[in-house]
Amino acid sequence: MRARVVVLPRPDILDPQGRAVGHALASLGFGGVQGVRVGRVIDVDLDDRLDRALAAAQVDAMARELLANPVIEDFAVEWPAG
Amino acid sequence: MRVAVLQFPGSNCDRDVVRAFGVTLGLDTALWWHEDPELPDGTDLVVLPGGFSYGDYLRCGAIAAHAAAMGAVRRFAASGGTVLGICNGFQILCEARLLPGALVRNVGLDFVCKDVTVRVDGHCNRLTARLPYGSRWTMPVAHMEGNFRVDADELATLEARGQIVLRYVDPAAGERGNGANPNGALSDAAAVCNEAGNVIGMMPHPERATTASLGSEDGRALLAGLVESVTRSK
Repeated sequence: MRARVVVLPRPDILDPQGRAVGHALASLGFGGVQGVRVGRVIDVDLDDRLDRALAAAQVDAMARELLANPVIEDFAVEWPAG
Repeated sequence: MRVAVLQFPGSNCDRDVVRAFGVTLGLDTALWWHEDPELPDGTDLVVLPGGFSYGDYLRCGAIAAHAAAMGAVRRFAASGGTVLGICNGFQILCEARLLPGALVRNVGLDFVCKDVTVRVDGHCNRLTARLPYGSRWTMPVAHMEGNFRVDADELATLEARGQIVLRYVDPAAGERGNGANPNGALSDAAAVCNEAGNVIGMMPHPERATTASLGSEDGRALLAGLVESVTRSK
């Protein structure tokens, strides 16, 4: 089973990358872009035999301890099918 | 007085730091490999040098913060030992939560490599305690992620407690602003300490400013001040 951890800069944290990408989109002529934030996606493949609730708790702990830095980032865990 | 320089895969200022403490200041200085979970015997000062530990994968310093040696660094810091992180070392200490905040991409998105001038704005720590308040020092920075960030409440706390110990200032006037801040760091923070003042992180490289032939001896003065504080704390 696959857990997808989506990590994004917290809204109150300046994201210079997102800002630069936003400017680039505007210069390409895309109007109406009000904000861009650049983060990362981390896919973690887990043993299918793991209990789902246990796996969810484990991925949550992984995100808190290493994959995201709560000082500057928020994260969400998704469970893509297939 | 014994200095341990913690070496990670990807550290690249480790030997410069060993030279600064070992040759320039003449102290007993040794490299400490990150896989060794024990602090070298008799260590009085731990330095985390600059570089690109673990290739800066995930986030700068994120993986190094969980290295085997870091448990010993935590215990050393908790018992009052002095820990200095320089550049990537600063990033590692933030990731390890031994220092508040985090260092994100420079506002200009450029790798910044140039001389900066920093001003002593806090005294309750072992790096700047022996230096005159308001004194200015010039040495290089060389980083992509030196933009210090912390939430507004914590920033206010850091300011109130004097934990922002060095700030980027204009070299001529000695004042903040005027393009002196090379990376967009909040409060022009160049160096930050923990509440107790025994763990300090700084973005500028004092080890690259230890002799006149390197362009400045200011880094040497900073490190000598640190060593004096450590000696007095024993």
